[in-house]
Amino acid sequence: MSIRVENLSHIYNEGTPMARVALRDVSLTIEDGEFIGLIGHTGSGKSTLIQHFNGLLMPTEGKVYVDGVDLTHKETSLRAVRQKVGMVFQYPEHQLFGETVYEDVAFGPRNAGIDEEEVAQRVKEALEWVGLSYEALKDHSPFELSGGQKRRVAIAGVLAMRPAVLILDEPTAGLDPEGSAEILGKIHDLHRRRGTTVILVSHSMEDVARLCTRLIVMEHGGVVLDGTPKEVFSQVDRLREMGLGVPQVTEVMHELRSRGLPVQTDVLTLEEAEAELLRVLELRRHGTV
Amino acid sequence: MAEPLIRFEEVHFKYNAGTEREWAALQDITLEIYPGEFVAVLGHNGSGKSTLAKHCNALLIPSAGKVYVNGLDTSDETRVWEIRQQIGMVFQNPDNQLVATTVEEDVAFGPENLGIPSKEIQLRVDEALRAVGMEEYRLHSPHQLSGGQKQRVAIAGMISMRPQCIVLDEPTAMLDPVGRREVMETIHHLNKTENITIVHITHHMDEVIDADRVVIMAGGKIALQGTPKEVFSQIDLLRRLHLDVPQVTDLAHRLKRHGCSLPEGITKVDELVMHLCQ
Repeated sequence: MSIRVENLSHIYNEGTPMARVALRDVSLTIEDGEFIGLIGHTGSGKSTLIQHFNGLLMPTEGKVYVDGVDLTHKETSLRAVRQKVGMVFQYPEHQLFGETVYEDVAFGPRNAGIDEEEVAQRVKEALEWVGLSYEALKDHSPFELSGGQKRRVAIAGVLAMRPAVLILDEPTAGLDPEGSAEILGKIHDLHRRRGTTVILVSHSMEDVARLCTRLIVMEHGGVVLDGTPKEVFSQVDRLREMGLGVPQVTEVMHELRSRGLPVQTDVLTLEEAEAELLRVLELRRHGTV
Repeated sequence: MAEPLIRFEEVHFKYNAGTEREWAALQDITLEIYPGEFVAVLGHNGSGKSTLAKHCNALLIPSAGKVYVNGLDTSDETRVWEIRQQIGMVFQNPDNQLVATTVEEDVAFGPENLGIPSKEIQLRVDEALRAVGMEEYRLHSPHQLSGGQKQRVAIAGMISMRPQCIVLDEPTAMLDPVGRREVMETIHHLNKTENITIVHITHHMDEVIDADRVVIMAGGKIALQGTPKEVFSQIDLLRRLHLDVPQVTDLAHRLKRHGCSLPEGITKVDELVMHLCQ
């Protein structure tokens, strides 16, 4: 399922003294099965953009199409769109409310009019997707769980709708490294095994370098870079100018290269950096470079 | 060596003591923090690091053992206010700590409560806002500020009490990278120029690299402590504790394993680049 925006602009509080342009003339297409990393500073327009993808915000100008359906058309059922495009907000655990984990995760599918047997099936599946035990936790109050578990219950609530597109706004904010790695691992699985299209808003260049198939970089309400992680992270100076940076290992390679060591700089992960450095250091040992 | 500012002596702490939900959050902690030090405390959620922080200014009292602040026993209820004036505390959520309608009033809240004359309060507010680089915002409403700015105001609120030490319990966990940088620069600045002792609790590895000392907590105990270099040279132990290390530290470690001659505990890009170019 693809998402396409055409000449999208959004102005908050239009026509008031508080008016602020949050998006200006953004056009892009997200294809089925992509794993997108959306990066940029706070205030660059990332959150405003993703809220257009399921009709939570409507464009001031321009169009948004989800699976070919024009969201700005007044006869479009936004309810149907929201079942296909699942959104996990920042700190989603603040929105937990059910008396039990089961009740909480079941809320969405029940509201969609799905029969109880199927709801149970979906709750079970969603909890499994986020790595929580259905049997052990279904009757617990979500408020008794640890921070990382609460976050996973909240994500399960969105997954229970079986969305074709999953949008996550900084899903690991405030979690410790272990909790963070678990959640990202689950999202990666979901993409790989179920083919879910994922849009991940993140501040971690290391995470997006490792996980995403495509990166979209935003600044001042516009898209400034768009490409594979290798393409985007080759723009080291541009990213530095924006104060965003690149993965630490990529930075190492660029620094070495600028000091005359002939290393490849399109390196994004630890494993790649290790292999490339060993190769070049070996050449140096033999005096070939 | 100087007298420690904060001294933990064989401290144990149990939550819900005597109930079936009893849980030992701290076990046998002995730790000294000296005036002017920048100490980073690192560990997972549930490792005991926040519980440790709350013992520094008598928000929690040990179940066994003692904590002393400038020689004052934190379990002595008559000294609690004195202790809390010396040790300020900043918490994780910037939205839960600001109480007034303007930045200025918020920073003045502490000294007003101490009954300090208003002329003196003015002076302290000016000084505190300057120290955190927020003087331009004195008449702003706290809710108009970014997360990083809110935390700086919360820190200014502590400085206006003229504490010797500020304990920050994951002050950056809810901030974006710009906010994190602002807070880190502010607390390093306070440590260097105002000589305020800093105890910084975090789970971000990159925030401990410039500390004087790193204390790593695991399962309610101190698992490891030392300078950042010493701590980051124990990469295998850190792994076993499921702690992250900076990518460059990991890269240097991998290269070393393949026979590259590199020193232990590299934590910065420049450092690794310099050694590789030699």
